[in-house]
Amino acid sequence: MTAQAGSTARELLRLGGVTVRFGAPGGRPALDAVDLDVAAQEIVCVLGPSGSGKSTLLRVVAGLQQADAGDVLLEGRDQAGVPTHRRGVGLMFQDHQLFPQRDVAGNVAFGLRMRRSARAEQERTVAELLDLVGLPGAQRRAVASLSGGEQQRVALARALAPRPRLLMLDEPLGQLDRGLRERLVVELRRLFRELGTTVLAVTHDQGEAFALADRVVVMQDGRIAQSGSPLDVWQRPATEFVARFLGFDNVVEATVQGEAAVTPWGKVPVPEGTSDGPCRLLVRPAGVRLTSAENGLPCTVAARTFRGTHVALLLQPAGGPQMEAACPLREAPETGARVGVSFAAEDVVVLDASAG
Amino acid sequence: MRLGLMAVPLAFFALFFAYPVVAIVGRGLKDGGQWQLGRLGTVLSDPDVLHVLWFTLWQAAASTGLTLLIALPGAYVFARFDFPGKQLLRAVVAVPFVLPTVVVGAAFLALVGRGGLLDDLWGVRLDTSVWAILLAHVFFNYAVVVRTVGGLWSQLDPRQEEAARVLGAGRFAAWRRVTLPALGPAVAAAALMVFLFTFTSFGVVQILGGPTFSTLEVEIYRQTADFLDLPTAAVLTLVQFAAVLGLLALHAWTVRRRESALRLVDASQTARRPRGRGQWALLWSTLVVIAVLLVLPLAVLVERSFAGPGGYGLVFYRTLRSAAAADSTFAVAPLDAVGNSLAYAAAATVIAVLVGGLAAAALTRPAPRTGPARRTSMAGRLVRGFDALLMLPLGVSAVTVGFGFLITLDKPPLDLRDSWWLVPLAQALVGVPFVVRTMLPVLRAVDGRLREAAAVLGASPWRVWREVDLPMVRRALLIAAGFAFAVSLGEFGATVFIARPDHPTLPVAVARLLGRAGELNYGQAMALSTILMVVCAGALLALERIRPQPRTGSAGGTPIDHSGEF
Repeated sequence: MTAQAGSTARELLRLGGVTVRFGAPGGRPALDAVDLDVAAQEIVCVLGPSGSGKSTLLRVVAGLQQADAGDVLLEGRDQAGVPTHRRGVGLMFQDHQLFPQRDVAGNVAFGLRMRRSARAEQERTVAELLDLVGLPGAQRRAVASLSGGEQQRVALARALAPRPRLLMLDEPLGQLDRGLRERLVVELRRLFRELGTTVLAVTHDQGEAFALADRVVVMQDGRIAQSGSPLDVWQRPATEFVARFLGFDNVVEATVQGEAAVTPWGKVPVPEGTSDGPCRLLVRPAGVRLTSAENGLPCTVAARTFRGTHVALLLQPAGGPQMEAACPLREAPETGARVGVSFAAEDVVVLDASAG
Repeated sequence: MRLGLMAVPLAFFALFFAYPVVAIVGRGLKDGGQWQLGRLGTVLSDPDVLHVLWFTLWQAAASTGLTLLIALPGAYVFARFDFPGKQLLRAVVAVPFVLPTVVVGAAFLALVGRGGLLDDLWGVRLDTSVWAILLAHVFFNYAVVVRTVGGLWSQLDPRQEEAARVLGAGRFAAWRRVTLPALGPAVAAAALMVFLFTFTSFGVVQILGGPTFSTLEVEIYRQTADFLDLPTAAVLTLVQFAAVLGLLALHAWTVRRRESALRLVDASQTARRPRGRGQWALLWSTLVVIAVLLVLPLAVLVERSFAGPGGYGLVFYRTLRSAAAADSTFAVAPLDAVGNSLAYAAAATVIAVLVGGLAAAALTRPAPRTGPARRTSMAGRLVRGFDALLMLPLGVSAVTVGFGFLITLDKPPLDLRDSWWLVPLAQALVGVPFVVRTMLPVLRAVDGRLREAAAVLGASPWRVWREVDLPMVRRALLIAAGFAFAVSLGEFGATVFIARPDHPTLPVAVARLLGRAGELNYGQAMALSTILMVVCAGALLALERIRPQPRTGSAGGTPIDHSGEF
């Protein structure tokens, strides 16, 4: 892998201004001038609620959906007019779409047969891949006899078999139960690293995206709302939409003046270098600190929810909207208790006012 | 791509359907190059014609009502009960539907006609009353209702009714509020199909109706063949055409509504053994109905074919072999008709499967995704129109098509008058709708994303069809071929015009024999009908064996009943 390190910086996939419209002209496009680059061997995860255009994005790259505008470049080559079966990409469908009339080996070998590789090589590759995905010796099993997790593994082996230059995954773990999902995410990441596969995945599950990806791209209404490393996106959501999609609801109107902002919750410290003026402000629950009732913003505990590692408190201040606070298990006050609140500057994020 | 697939079926329909029909209508309504639309009014105010119209309508309505009344309990029995021999009985019930009308006519003649079983036993004759026609229509269409309604009924999730019961609905209320609304569109579709078949009934009425009763189709035949009154025939053709168009539109609408999401489950999970006296009574009464109404006429037909003048024997079969023994109108031995029929039907099947298969493939191609939305909806309408066009031969007067063949395909470059292919072409026309209806649901059930998965893995469109579609539709293709074969074998209305006298098909030979007096002719008609019945029933029973097994599995296969569209 190190030998190729020099070339990895090159973009394997480049989308430029890709737009797709369904339904009436003039309606909201499913994809709205999307620009996206994926470097070789990078794992990019597109994250967004349903209807945000994630799946359409994959279909455009695969050539299953024609873009109304914009370019798709694979290894620098424009893919306009290149039919799906000549693009050399792999796509794992959300519900796997295994061929019901073929057995496991027949499914995995399908792409190799289309490329007319020798039978012996097909058999070897199938055996290797089934080992890799943890289903050794499953060649002759009927697809209908597989469990959901096994089907998912067969679908993965089938997509990997022809060695696609880009592997795309549509909600790869969407239909599996939670435990299996968490285990598979780790396995997948290890597998892709080992094989040096370039991956473009879409999911609505942030846990999945953060665990799998080198880079997360959050989509909203057919546009890219934010792109960055999982840590980046988690710590610095760019817009109110991203913040709320990640589950952060402590968002208020604010006017920045120097080192603090005036909000319905009183003065909230902001990170250094924030420019003055009105904006929207996110205080992550970890940044809401409980103090004694006399100090800080007086609040009543409206509800408390046990979250395993901590307790989530819903606080009702005397003025302004409710806010959520994360509190260690032992220190959590009862419902109805009166507490004081102060804010930690490192957990305050100034959101991009333009969107959301 | 789609247009390419459509080209062959479109050309076929233009040449062998639209052209002959338009030509004959034009010939009837034109005089010296002038359209004589006044004839419409003249003919339609003729009391005799009005009488025919009225009879056609009410007998179709009565037949439909009677069929529903008798067959709906049967649909329930087949859908919800499990009993030994159910598979066999299901096949038996389906046999009448593929039997040639002529055979059905002959069978009911043998049961309720002059010298028939009832006549022998109690001196009862129904062939002079409308009841013979109505019963024959029920005989024919019993399977349509049982298959269409029962097929859906067996897949309705019983838990839906159970949910209603838990919410406080009584047994009947649950059925009325949950099951009936779900079945409604299927019942409507079946009723419309029965109405359509009985509205255009020809062979049955021709044989059982005598001079008293005449449907539109029979009247068109009489006007063209007996009186050579083309203008009247042309007007009647137009009337029938308009009625059929209306019925088909209504049918398409109900079928589309049926496609609304219903929770369907595997049929094998919903049936259970009958419980309680009421359910056993229902099962037994259904069995009695099937025995009396469906099996008895055919049994009598077979019995009559062996009942020679000197006791039971093969005399009628043996005489079929010689031309001399037959009536002078036969230039050949009646048995030759068997060979003719088989050869014609085989050729017609090949044509029908080719044309119908291409049409079905064109109808299932995904709509082009390129253009703006307006174009796809245009394409959608085009496809729907194409779909309806394919159904038209089911309802347009076969007599008109046959006669149209004679007057249009007789000059170069299409001089087929002396061609052997004339008959198979006409028969294929009737087979195509069956092929399309059989193939379409199966092709549509193939998940489009399965094709996409194959494409992403490097399969070209042609490979996609071979690797994904073909393995799934292979059985349906065989079934479609069998249907087309049976239908071609029994085709009567068009063939009676174009089959050459020295090359009769089985139905034509039977009709000719029945048209003559004499015990030998009658017995030979019964013998030929029996042969025809055996061939058709054999074809159908062979089909039952290749009916697709219900696909279990998670890959999104929905259970498919191929007869569901009829």
